[in-house]
Amino acid sequence: MQTHTFKPDLPPPALSVGVVGWLRANLFSSWFNTLLTLFAAYLVWLIIPPLIQWALIDADWTGTTRADCTSGGACWVFVQQRFGQFMYGFYPTELRWRVDLTLWLAVIGAAPLFIPQMPRKAIYGLVFLVVYPLLAYWLLHGGFFGLTTVSTSRWGGLMLTLVIAAVGIAGALPLGIVLALGRRSDMPAIRVICVTFIEFWRGVPLITVLFMSSVMLPLFLPEGLSFDKLVRALIGVILFQSAYIAEVVRGGLQAIPKGQYEAAAAMGLGYWRMMGLVILPQALKLVIPGIVNTFIALFKDTSLVIIIGLFDLLNSIKQATTDPAWLGMATEGYVFAALIFWIFCFGMSRYSQHLERKLDTGHKR
Amino acid sequence: MPEAIKQTSAEPMILMEGVHKWYGQFHVLKDINLSVQQGERIVLCGPSGSGKSTAIRCLNRLEEHQQGRIIIDGTELTHDLKHIEAVRREVGMVFQHFNLFPHLTVLQNCTLAPMWVRKMPKREAEEVAMHYLERVRIPEQAHKYPGQLSGGQQQRVAIARALCMKPKIMLFDEPTSALDPEMVKEVLDTMVGLAEDGMTMLCVTHEMGFARTVANRVIFLDKGEIVEQNEPNAFFTNPQNERTKLFLSQIIH
Repeated sequence: MQTHTFKPDLPPPALSVGVVGWLRANLFSSWFNTLLTLFAAYLVWLIIPPLIQWALIDADWTGTTRADCTSGGACWVFVQQRFGQFMYGFYPTELRWRVDLTLWLAVIGAAPLFIPQMPRKAIYGLVFLVVYPLLAYWLLHGGFFGLTTVSTSRWGGLMLTLVIAAVGIAGALPLGIVLALGRRSDMPAIRVICVTFIEFWRGVPLITVLFMSSVMLPLFLPEGLSFDKLVRALIGVILFQSAYIAEVVRGGLQAIPKGQYEAAAAMGLGYWRMMGLVILPQALKLVIPGIVNTFIALFKDTSLVIIIGLFDLLNSIKQATTDPAWLGMATEGYVFAALIFWIFCFGMSRYSQHLERKLDTGHKR
Repeated sequence: MPEAIKQTSAEPMILMEGVHKWYGQFHVLKDINLSVQQGERIVLCGPSGSGKSTAIRCLNRLEEHQQGRIIIDGTELTHDLKHIEAVRREVGMVFQHFNLFPHLTVLQNCTLAPMWVRKMPKREAEEVAMHYLERVRIPEQAHKYPGQLSGGQQQRVAIARALCMKPKIMLFDEPTSALDPEMVKEVLDTMVGLAEDGMTMLCVTHEMGFARTVANRVIFLDKGEIVEQNEPNAFFTNPQNERTKLFLSQIIH
């Protein structure tokens, strides 16, 4: 009997791999591509060196007043002098440790969730999700257990931006998931309610929602009954964003093959366990890019609270640029705001990519 | 096997009485009457669209019948969710496309239902799962994800997953139709092993070799009706009906 001898594996041709191979394939694959590469390089050369010159080399870093900015570049003294206001708004200076502590508690409290070997992670996560908001409210707002009240009208700066974004995300995600499930429910009444809710909130601009919550709503409420402006804005943001999350999640639910539902049902898992254990883990994993996209949009949309007179990061900076002592510092202020927003959004984006890789179980069905 | 014989006189495990089903205007099942005793092994065959898959999917209410009665081990399938879930706990199902949960490991696939439906402690559920994974001869794959296994291995995991619920009845819906030819045998061998242990089985399959060796009864469906049923030898060598004869002459066996 004959035995077939297989040929050995050979290495690929040298020019198709490594740095040279990459350059050839991506930057210089044709004369047109080469032209584009050179043009792009020219644009980068036009923009980047002057920017570095302005922001770093010619910039003023130290001083206390506008007069210390003499070199003609960026005046970072302005940002430095107003840093407290940008971070905390009008939060009383002597109580700002409470804000810092809230942030540190979030970091320390959430840290165990990122340790892979942590036992009973789900239970810890749930407890954290319940306890931390209460603790954060107590620390930030106070008014009981020995902490003096700091009313929300004094909250501001990055702290307010983070509060709105965090509450918005924490509220919109679960509500959005419930709405998505409701929209695909077999029960007509629930379906109609969810569709109406989603289409209503998706159909109005966020700025209108905020304006209505702040200006119109008090007109309809009975005399003497009013609740906090920030709370109204938060509810508006949550309801608005949950409609978007719902549609993103629905996309994921629809992408799960029917066989997964049938296999789960055939085992005797009821509706909630089927959804919670089999369908949602897969659906949410599929739509991580869409969910994070919505979160990033939400984070940036927090700056719209300017319309109802809340002083988030952007509004605090805008406010500071109108200070007669610091006139002409708008560029520095807005560049700083852009940098802060970019850091947070880029962070979310990177984390979502990490999460996608981590949850990828190496197969697409 | 001996256990099965002991109880044959008792009430049937599966009873279908005058079952009808429509998909919209289309009459898929017409007056299906079927009684299956404990330990019986039934093979359903028939041309595509004959309603054979629909028939077994009615048995765990993945499809809803509109007329007639279906009684599984004494529990009638009605709109009552409690009844449906009770039946599903006792009836295991294996699908053509495996339908393993891709986000869970093989072991987690097997322990999910025992832990959440039977409320079995995790350790015990894992022991049960390993026992059945050994039975289907893939314990070494327990910590892999379904996507890393071959089709034949995935289908064996699917069988083990169903067995972990310790079902009284196993339904197979074309378990080998989506497999590469090289992998059909390993799945059939597993099913033969199960049959030898006395499991009550209903299989929709075109594997006539399997039907000959394992089945007590072969049922031929066409256009939603039971056209003919007989024990396998007689069914294959001496079909009584023209339609059955034509069907058998068209498949390779």
